[in-house]
Amino acid sequence: MVASHLPDAVQGPGRVDVVLNVNGATHVVRIEPRVSLLDCLRDHMNLTGAKKGCNQGACGACTVWVDKRRVVACLTLAIACEGREITTIEGMADNGSLHPMQKAFLTEDAFQCGYCTPGQIMSAVALLAEGHAGSDAEIGEWMSGNICRCAAYPNIRTAIRDVRDGVGGVRGATG
Amino acid sequence: MTAAIGQPLDRVDGHAKVTGAGRYSAEIALPGLAHAVLVTSRIPSGRVELIDTYDAERAEGVLAVLHHLNLPKGGSVPPLLPSLFGAAASGQTFFPMQDEVIHYAGQHLAMVVAETLDQAEHAARLVRVTYQETASITTVEQGRDRAYEAEKIFAGFIPGRIARGDAAAALDRAQVTVENTYYCAANHHNPIECSATTAVWEGDRLTLYDATQGPNATLHTVAELLNVMPSHIRVVTDYVGGSFGCKAMIWDHPALAALAARAVHRPVRLALSREQMFSSVGHREEQEQRLTLGADRDGRLTAIRHHKLSPTSHFDDWAEPSLGVASQMYACPDYEGVYRLIKANTMTPTFTRCPGEASGMFVMETSMDELAEKLDLDPLELRLRNYAETDPGSGNPWSSKGLRDCYRRGAELARWSERDPRPGTQRDGNWLLGWGMASSGYPVTPPGNPQRARARIFADGSAVVQSSFSDIGTGSATAMTQVAADGLGVPLERMRVQYGDSDLPNTAAAVGSAGAGMVSAAVHIAATALRDQLIAQAVADEHSPLHGADPRQVVVSDGRMALRDRPGTGETYAELLQRSFMPDAEALGTWNPPGMDTPYGTMTFGAQFAQVAVDPDLGLCRVRQLIGVFDPGRVLNRKTAHSQLMGGMLWGMSHALLEGTIMGPDGRWANASLGEYLVPVNADAPDVVIETIETTDTVVNPLGVKGVGEVGMVGTAAAIANAIWHATGRRHHRLPITIESLL
Repeated sequence: MVASHLPDAVQGPGRVDVVLNVNGATHVVRIEPRVSLLDCLRDHMNLTGAKKGCNQGACGACTVWVDKRRVVACLTLAIACEGREITTIEGMADNGSLHPMQKAFLTEDAFQCGYCTPGQIMSAVALLAEGHAGSDAEIGEWMSGNICRCAAYPNIRTAIRDVRDGVGGVRGATG
Repeated sequence: MTAAIGQPLDRVDGHAKVTGAGRYSAEIALPGLAHAVLVTSRIPSGRVELIDTYDAERAEGVLAVLHHLNLPKGGSVPPLLPSLFGAAASGQTFFPMQDEVIHYAGQHLAMVVAETLDQAEHAARLVRVTYQETASITTVEQGRDRAYEAEKIFAGFIPGRIARGDAAAALDRAQVTVENTYYCAANHHNPIECSATTAVWEGDRLTLYDATQGPNATLHTVAELLNVMPSHIRVVTDYVGGSFGCKAMIWDHPALAALAARAVHRPVRLALSREQMFSSVGHREEQEQRLTLGADRDGRLTAIRHHKLSPTSHFDDWAEPSLGVASQMYACPDYEGVYRLIKANTMTPTFTRCPGEASGMFVMETSMDELAEKLDLDPLELRLRNYAETDPGSGNPWSSKGLRDCYRRGAELARWSERDPRPGTQRDGNWLLGWGMASSGYPVTPPGNPQRARARIFADGSAVVQSSFSDIGTGSATAMTQVAADGLGVPLERMRVQYGDSDLPNTAAAVGSAGAGMVSAAVHIAATALRDQLIAQAVADEHSPLHGADPRQVVVSDGRMALRDRPGTGETYAELLQRSFMPDAEALGTWNPPGMDTPYGTMTFGAQFAQVAVDPDLGLCRVRQLIGVFDPGRVLNRKTAHSQLMGGMLWGMSHALLEGTIMGPDGRWANASLGEYLVPVNADAPDVVIETIETTDTVVNPLGVKGVGEVGMVGTAAAIANAIWHATGRRHHRLPITIESLL
């Protein structure tokens, strides 16, 4: 299916068909090659879970996974993701049942306005898989690509620890 | 059934937020949606000589290019009035694209509307503006010679000069004085969601999906700007991705979105870019403050003189009230406060979390620490010696004040008494360690208009409470669910709160930490009114087990009405309604707030303690711990309230060490991005210890809620600066405290 879009094939600048695998489903979108993965998800596929906070890779609100690696979707071209596996926050819950990290964020109040939250959760789950959750300092360092302006940071660390330690998000109130 | 109020309930909107399902204002999917992109001024002062839209209009997908020569004129710009009054609330008394004059860099000059966002962004770059630039003033330094004493600031509510006694004479007589000039950089709110409005016309009716702290503020402001009847406008605000004040007032973009939608006969989304957020929705102004404290040798304050100098726009005399709380914190007979302004080529500054309280209390609490040092007194003891038993400005009693307990508990948590008072004595390797403290305070301000909510119960016993407020991340929707459940006497899982819609009963904007207090008042009154109405119906119903009972002896729990002393006698709401062939019942609740002239001082107080580590060779400062104890009256939800206070304290840390918008020599903000305007990241944020002292307050509102949204930020910067002094022996009078100043 991706054969017609080999790198040496000239595409654009007009709209072209782009085939994307998002959360396990195949989508064909007709977009200009300059469209970012973030705008493609939000404006062309109606998947608005990935957020636009700065559109220049500084805030991390648009964090999604490409082939299981976390990337900022605002600095990724959608057309460059053909043949890759894209995962967004919409793909995290399993049949309506929340991912343990989603549950932990809810229980630990690891967000307020919720706008950076999908990006935080995508980063947090990847962080555990990367093995970067050894200590609070390590969590803090490797979560520092995701700005939370409400500053729920201590609760975000707690949520990540809960999942790391299998607490399952059953702690009580903070403080 | 235990009371729901106070429980650490998970957020009712949490599931939508952790799954990404919640739709923010720029995420509303609509058929035929077009996208608007703004073109902004590159110069701070002058005129548009020529605006060339030829290429932009011919670019693919472009539907319209609107600017001062072709934008349809509407109504008038409403006055600048804080949105807590519930009326129109313009952020500034200027509406762009009406003529060719440029007042500030970033001013909106044109708007391109196209089929897709990419097409609109591309075409916006094709609009060529030729400028005629004139001289500008954009900083305190440039405008110092033209400063004037304001007659009034803050929409006319605060006089430019406030005095009691004779501060000058008292300072002459003072046995000890501390005098310093302070500087605070400009700040921008930078919520991660940029402001956005999606506008839809259906005939002459307008629906706006707007990221706002006040759906009704948007409604009334746009109604006046477009000369459309308020009854024809609906504002929907399901989710707001943070605000911190930049969505408290209504700026030009909601009206521009509506004008664009009318021009192209399509729904239009106008989302600001991050860079545009720096010159479209206000800011905390750059400011210089000069504070002189006079005291006797025992440390009792005898005089305070507090002067502020800051730039405002050409249209409005605005300064954040930096003198306010600082003048109310300590007992002191003689006082003089003055606001001086400079007309500058910036937009009108606006509310930014702790508007004035954060900057003014940084100044006051740093000087108090210096006074303590001068007198060889413990900083906490100095504050206790000046404890204000009544409101120093008015002499009125406080509606409630738990500050002594806050000091005591905070000192206990920080092990304050074990602190060696001498600076520069404690080390951890190359890190110098220090502890500092400061007082906190944030005023409790009533809204200007009655607050309303409607409670409705269905025959199956489930209930909904409706009120128009928006939840900007504070957790108000969750807290209101708890208030409503308790008021009506139904379990939490049977209560839903519907909010974020101007079609619902009216509330003012959730600003000034007033949201929880004022909306809980309306919700409580509506829910208890419905409860009382159903009890009255039951005791009047001869088929009810409660027939003939004294309604005052009927209590409700778990959806069941029963006699207080004979719980076996009673029936459920559902039984009553079903027997009466009533599918539902409802009641409207209205809270008439006390006026501004209530004979009480009303404030949330707190005490803050900070531990820092400073590397004097590298100029690094790490905040190791923050401790805050506050007296916010009743706490509606322990979990969300603590998050608010924690966020506020980390904002205070950010104010102290990171945040500053720098005005470039060209009159434009030089660091208008999240890469260059520094805000804390996870690794910057220490663990925060928070406790609340619950005081009973029967004055402020029915449930005695004083508010938690901002007080957490007040005093944090001073506690950190004082801790840096304790670590290093050096005072800091400029915010943010940067690496350069620590070296």
